[in-house]
Amino acid sequence: MSRYFTQDHEWIDVDGDSATVGITDYAQSQLGDITFVELPAAGTAVKKGDAPCVVDSVKAASDVYSPASGTVTEENAALADEPELVNSDAEGAGWLFRLTLSDAGELDGLMDRAAYDEYVAGL
Amino acid sequence: MSEVEDDIAIETLILPLDQWHRARGGRMVEFAGYWMPVQYEGIMAEHEWTRSSAGLFDVSHMGQLFVSGEGVEAALEAVLPIDLATLKPFGPRYSMLLDEYGGILDDLMVTRWNSGFYLVVNGATKWDDIAHLRENLPDEVNLMHMEDNALLALQGPKAAEALARVTEGEWPLADLKFMKGGQFKIGGVDAWISRSGYTGEDGFEIAIPAEEAAKVAELICAQPEVKPIGLGARDSLRLEAGLPLYGHDLSPDHSPVDADLLFAVNKRRRSEGGFIGAERVLRDLAQGTPQKRVGLALEGRQAAREGAEVYAGDQKVGVLTSGGFSPTLGHPVAMAYVDQAHCADGTALEVDVRGKRLPARVAPMPFVPHRYYR
Repeated sequence: MSRYFTQDHEWIDVDGDSATVGITDYAQSQLGDITFVELPAAGTAVKKGDAPCVVDSVKAASDVYSPASGTVTEENAALADEPELVNSDAEGAGWLFRLTLSDAGELDGLMDRAAYDEYVAGL
Repeated sequence: MSEVEDDIAIETLILPLDQWHRARGGRMVEFAGYWMPVQYEGIMAEHEWTRSSAGLFDVSHMGQLFVSGEGVEAALEAVLPIDLATLKPFGPRYSMLLDEYGGILDDLMVTRWNSGFYLVVNGATKWDDIAHLRENLPDEVNLMHMEDNALLALQGPKAAEALARVTEGEWPLADLKFMKGGQFKIGGVDAWISRSGYTGEDGFEIAIPAEEAAKVAELICAQPEVKPIGLGARDSLRLEAGLPLYGHDLSPDHSPVDADLLFAVNKRRRSEGGFIGAERVLRDLAQGTPQKRVGLALEGRQAAREGAEVYAGDQKVGVLTSGGFSPTLGHPVAMAYVDQAHCADGTALEVDVRGKRLPARVAPMPFVPHRYYR
């Protein structure tokens, strides 16, 4: 399984044509206390760059862009009662949604961990 | 030919406590033309700390003005809908600057000092306020901008015990009741302290010389009850307390009547008028307004924010001017201007957030009860 990162601070874990999407620890630290997460229902078709998900913090609502195209298979139901999981474990238990990828080639332009860390260090 | 252009960019200004905030880990943002801390450890934690202990806010961006001179009382009454005959010395009172159409230019605090009146106005509007006041006050009346002052606010249920420990004065600090003020010393520094604030909690606003601000802030923050609090929590606290924010809940589009702040137009002035904007205010008072500012409590956890439209069925009946998640209540709250027919407490409405309708009810404000020391 490989994890890739976007310049908009999403991560995507890829295992064959299945993928899991979340926001990075850096992103959650910038957003602050997360109070609500709006998630796409299973069956939703998403395109790379769509914003199927919105993360609400005390400060503001922020779009989360899908790093790849596909069909949503599952949303992280735990976030309905515990949106703060995105703060405490953004790159683990605070994952947002899973999808079946329609075009694995879309992942080519994404960063690996080392490249992302370097990108964040430069911000 | 191009050298002039670079000079007109407006620079973000630095407040007296800038370095102090940065040293304490404040995340600085531009606000009202200044660099100010939006948060330190996090908005939620700072909000809860203020509600349970005591938070120190730097509000030095606000304008502190002193108005004095012959005829100052009548001159101020011509500008503000305030009744100065009933304003006893040293207690701040809420008032408003209105334009000639009764629209709200700013909200402010007015305190009678021995030789004149001390005004505290909003930071983002202070330059316009000064121009408006100068234009409308006679030449005999002096208007001084106290730019050498900083302003702090210490708010929360433990504010009084923390501040009393570092304060000396002719009277004990505990003698100050809500909306009273007096001259004290904090760590030897002259401080004008009033028991007032913008969180709904007991607390104090503290005017001190700018060059002593870091010393005073450090001394207050050294008390175990106190942590510094940023603008983020200031906004969520004032929203829970039902207190309007100028530029959002108040603007020239609204009068004190539809803003439901009629208490800022003192009783005698409602019958006599005689202040800028009185015609509109008295007419609104007599005839009513199409909408008024109300509180909304939303179900669920998704917040609605400024600009979101309010619906009764298919009919648009209002718009949000503030909104956010209430850390104390665990659900979102908002302020909105809503058609009078849908303003009664408990009225079920919906708020449109990106095409999704969130159920809401008109709710009395404050959303979280005030805990002033009366």
